[in-house]
Amino acid sequence: MDPLRSAALTSQGVELDPIDESTLVLNMGPQHPSTHGVLRLVLELDGEVIVKVTPHIGYVHTGIEKEGEYQSYLKAVTITDRLDYVSAHINNLAYCLSVERLLGVEPPPRGQVLRVLLAEIQRMASHLVWLGTHALDIGAMTVFFYAFREREKLLDLTEMLSGVRLMPSWIIPGGLRGDIPPGWAERCKAVLDDLPARFDEYEALLDQNPIWCERTQGVGVITAEECYALGVSGPSLRACGVPYDIRKTEPYSGYEQFEFGVPVGEHGDVNDRYRVRMAELRQSREIAKQALERLPDGPVSIDDPKIVPPPRAELDRSMEAVIHHFKLWTEGFAPPPGEAYVPVESPKGELGFYIVSDGSSSPWRMHLRAPSFMNLQALSRMCEGRLVADVVAIIGSLDIVLGEIDR
Amino acid sequence: MEPENATDLRLGGETTAQDTGLLADVEALRSAFPTAVLQTVQHRGSVWVYVPRSLIVEILRFLRDDARTAYRFFSECMCVDYLDVKTSAPLSGRADRFEITYNLVSIKDPRMGTGSGRRLFVKVTVPEQDAVVPSVTSVFPGAAFPEREIFDMFGIHFDGHPDLRRLLMADDWIGHPQRKDYPLGGERVQFPHGTYGPAVGERVVQHPGESFFGKTAGEVE
Repeated sequence: MDPLRSAALTSQGVELDPIDESTLVLNMGPQHPSTHGVLRLVLELDGEVIVKVTPHIGYVHTGIEKEGEYQSYLKAVTITDRLDYVSAHINNLAYCLSVERLLGVEPPPRGQVLRVLLAEIQRMASHLVWLGTHALDIGAMTVFFYAFREREKLLDLTEMLSGVRLMPSWIIPGGLRGDIPPGWAERCKAVLDDLPARFDEYEALLDQNPIWCERTQGVGVITAEECYALGVSGPSLRACGVPYDIRKTEPYSGYEQFEFGVPVGEHGDVNDRYRVRMAELRQSREIAKQALERLPDGPVSIDDPKIVPPPRAELDRSMEAVIHHFKLWTEGFAPPPGEAYVPVESPKGELGFYIVSDGSSSPWRMHLRAPSFMNLQALSRMCEGRLVADVVAIIGSLDIVLGEIDR
Repeated sequence: MEPENATDLRLGGETTAQDTGLLADVEALRSAFPTAVLQTVQHRGSVWVYVPRSLIVEILRFLRDDARTAYRFFSECMCVDYLDVKTSAPLSGRADRFEITYNLVSIKDPRMGTGSGRRLFVKVTVPEQDAVVPSVTSVFPGAAFPEREIFDMFGIHFDGHPDLRRLLMADDWIGHPQRKDYPLGGERVQFPHGTYGPAVGERVVQHPGESFFGKTAGEVE
């Protein structure tokens, strides 16, 4: 082989036997519609059969972990929205739980239940993005429009609450930024009541569809043991038959008080991951409905003005509130030195912020355990021996978000 | 770091049932490797166990394979730089600059009946002068990406890693951005092939007619 070409390939992480040039190296991405962001894959092919997939990431690396070290704890909430940008509430929740463990505080019951409600609404919205784009990748275009129609209704709830659809930063250390506005609960109930019929619609479009079944059944198979060793969590692991769900194994925010099931698959293929997520949509809706019904009265945040900013109306009346507000936004609060890692079940898997405090008002280290980052490592294993067209189906079934992979 | 196998509860907090199970796992580790447990830190329901850097592969393999512990799920590994840039020494009370944390879960597998559902943090410390750690990719292949990220961001080498290249930064990037002494602003902008553009501060030039601090456009000659 030409030494220049050989050197170029080696620098790309592709090892080729210089004598036997039976394999072909194909570049896929970073600008490829089915890679769900800016993911580049180097495929090593034997004919059309995949021998190895080497992911190249970092195209949207923005140094969020480094930036977190230079923000106060309260201000860093807004950068957590940008990680997994289709499930912002859950990122906020994961971050706030770690900070709250460092502080040793816990929000009041209404705050806890509202957090669960927002997290489940966000999970459904995230799964609907997955469903729409995954089906679109495989060629089922109608599902995309249906799924995004319902997602918009769920995002409207977030917009009504916080003013924005995608980056609410509504969950903050110590509770929430504010209570739900009047009329929100009724609207939420109407949306939740409408959903089961919509889920049936999606399944009616896909479940018996011969093209869908051909493209998904037996494709991208992985075993539970491989998932453990690779750190694959979330629906991708549950599709292998292991009911590993952080909401059950390490309950947070009062999830132990809700009744819900953990759907598991059997074969660990693309079709099982689809079924697990569809079942999760229904479970999420159940949890959200329970949360809405048992929403207790009372405050949503802890009564500690050193941690939670005072409501806007207070600033007009109370000098003390103005001082607290000023201190919080200039200096922030300082948790005692220590380390905390509180995982949550994000739509993609186990999400957690590993936060190290040195006793100052900004984290010494803010590390994100991103589920998509670890799940992406399974891609090569899932694609081995499959055809190029299956790569598209397998990426879709992994439900990766490059925002949290590259951070 | 004390050489004796003392359980250090320096961060306090009451012991829960979860902690008891985690401490039993640490005891199981100690019975297999008498020199393995350097220090145990317990804080609000989590347990961190410090182990020698040279034994990390064997220790993780034991924790994964032993029926009592069964830490089979590799959640991740991550690194912290404890350099205090004001004193150019690690933060008070720490011997080494870097600490790598391995986050392991004893995953409950109903099909095999193994696992306790507990989460254990195994830590190794890494000095700056000898920043090499044995790679655990032979035990957990999932360590490949996190170790590459640590190599990229902190400049720690992993002995035995099959493909140790930069992960998030560009291949020809110079420096390790997550180190505490990496400049956070005002540095010259790095372009490909070792060339540099000017730093932000070097580009402050006044253009005729442009307004700048304290003056409006009409006041500038």
